[in-house]
Amino acid sequence: MIEVKNLTKFYGDKKAVDNISFKVNKGEILGFLGPNGAGKSTTMNMLTGYISSSSGQVLIDGVDILEDPIKAKKNIGYLPEIPPLYVDMTVHEYLNFMYDLKKCKQSRKAHIKDVCSLCRITDVENRIIKNLSKGYRQRVGLAQALIGNPPVLILDEPTVGLDPKQIIEIRTLIKKLGKAHTVILSSHILSEIQAVCDRIIIINKGVLSADGTADSISQSLTNKHRMTARIEGADKNTISDALKTIKGVKYVRADMEREKGIYDYDIESEQGTDIRRDLNSLCTKNGWNILMLQLSELTLEDIFLKITMGEGIVIPKEEQPQPEDNNNGGEK
Amino acid sequence: MGAIYRREMNSFFSSSIAYVFLSVFFLFSGYFFLAGTLMSGTTDMSGMFSALFLIVLILIPVLTMKLISEEKKQKTDQGLLTAPVSLWGIVLGKYFAALTLYTIGLCITLVYALILSYFGTVLWGMVISNFLAMFLLGSAFIAVGVFVSSLTENQITAAAASFLVLIVLYLIDQIASLVNVDFIKNILMSLSFYTRYIEFTRGVFNLSSVVFYISTAFVFNFFTVRVFEKKRWS
Repeated sequence: MIEVKNLTKFYGDKKAVDNISFKVNKGEILGFLGPNGAGKSTTMNMLTGYISSSSGQVLIDGVDILEDPIKAKKNIGYLPEIPPLYVDMTVHEYLNFMYDLKKCKQSRKAHIKDVCSLCRITDVENRIIKNLSKGYRQRVGLAQALIGNPPVLILDEPTVGLDPKQIIEIRTLIKKLGKAHTVILSSHILSEIQAVCDRIIIINKGVLSADGTADSISQSLTNKHRMTARIEGADKNTISDALKTIKGVKYVRADMEREKGIYDYDIESEQGTDIRRDLNSLCTKNGWNILMLQLSELTLEDIFLKITMGEGIVIPKEEQPQPEDNNNGGEK
Repeated sequence: MGAIYRREMNSFFSSSIAYVFLSVFFLFSGYFFLAGTLMSGTTDMSGMFSALFLIVLILIPVLTMKLISEEKKQKTDQGLLTAPVSLWGIVLGKYFAALTLYTIGLCITLVYALILSYFGTVLWGMVISNFLAMFLLGSAFIAVGVFVSSLTENQITAAAASFLVLIVLYLIDQIASLVNVDFIKNILMSLSFYTRYIEFTRGVFNLSSVVFYISTAFVFNFFTVRVFEKKRWS
């Protein structure tokens, strides 16, 4: 549905987006993750034809956004970072305007009504946008993107400014939309991406650093086995030292005093080892109690930090489908 | 283009711009009509039309100042540019909305002519020629205003800058008279909006002037499209 080939964007000398390629299939919800200034919005602006790329190609349903912009844009609903709202219009007037602007074919009244109820803005339909709260404005922005029922939805930080209840509502809505639409969604809220998206792309400093599901990214990032244990019975240094004697343990850290005098120990061991039994017998031998034992996978938060901290790292995509085209994206 | 045109028209009338424009225009045209035509007991309206040149010059920046600058400021241009409309559609939608409001204002002069026709013989050829001249002048000036508005994010800057540009266009005759080189002088004189306009008000219908105004309008609309285009590519 969406195909991005070697997309690059220069702002003057600064490379904002560097040679990004990916594909999004129909019905997929793709999460765009990255710290502020990583190039998320720039990429999205290029996908929607708001700005042009310095080189590379964007195909929406097989149509090049720069060669046939009108046809390509017909398939896109876009919610930019700042919703493009005319604040002097009422919600109804505005959606009517967007309906005309997108030259929609659906029956006007029913379609606008549907979109309003989907975004839960029916009760503010006749109010002037200027007087709406940030959350409502955001939802009107989303409604605007849904007008015309475009198969591709590109949403730049759709939940910014919403309260927790609204965030959950919007997420549910996006998930629902994801069944019939192709959705690209950017955010720097990690839990949101994890909750909504089938696939995640992490962008850092304009470079595509990771592409895959949260699990597959975390697997390729780590080759260690991690667990957290809460052990009672001795002071933390004694226990730490004892833990380090278990075969396979590489690293022990105790800095969380969750209960008085009792610490949580983060234990990292080599890949493929399972130290739970050794740990148990060690504690029994010393008369210590294991109050809690938790295997920890890398959370999305860990992945995000790992990838975006310092110089940043790039995870090569394993099942990289070699671009089958003759790679002629360079002349744009 | 239709959607943008309708939105701009609505926006003119839901904000104060349409009312300010129309009332100021009616006020001055009414005054010039009274002073230049009624008081001197003539049916010749040319005096009013030539005096209106300056009023138009001041009012058009008000009409065009927010057309594009406000879109940029509120970031609504992002909605327009990612919608399935061409850049020409966007620019012309706005341009024709301003031109429509301008023409509505202009129509008051026809009402004056009708009033006169009760009291004497009106030379309708002259009136139409004058009306056409004002219309053409406006269509060129509005294109200039829209172009200036596309260069800035601030309405007031847009208004002031358009006013400045229009003043320079108005003063081209004066500038030309200061130049000693005949060649440049001729070029400047042929670019004069004022001389061409005054020609019309005296009843001279010059086709080259019509072409001049229309092509000015086209060129500045084209520039506006290029400004949008440039923003996308830089």
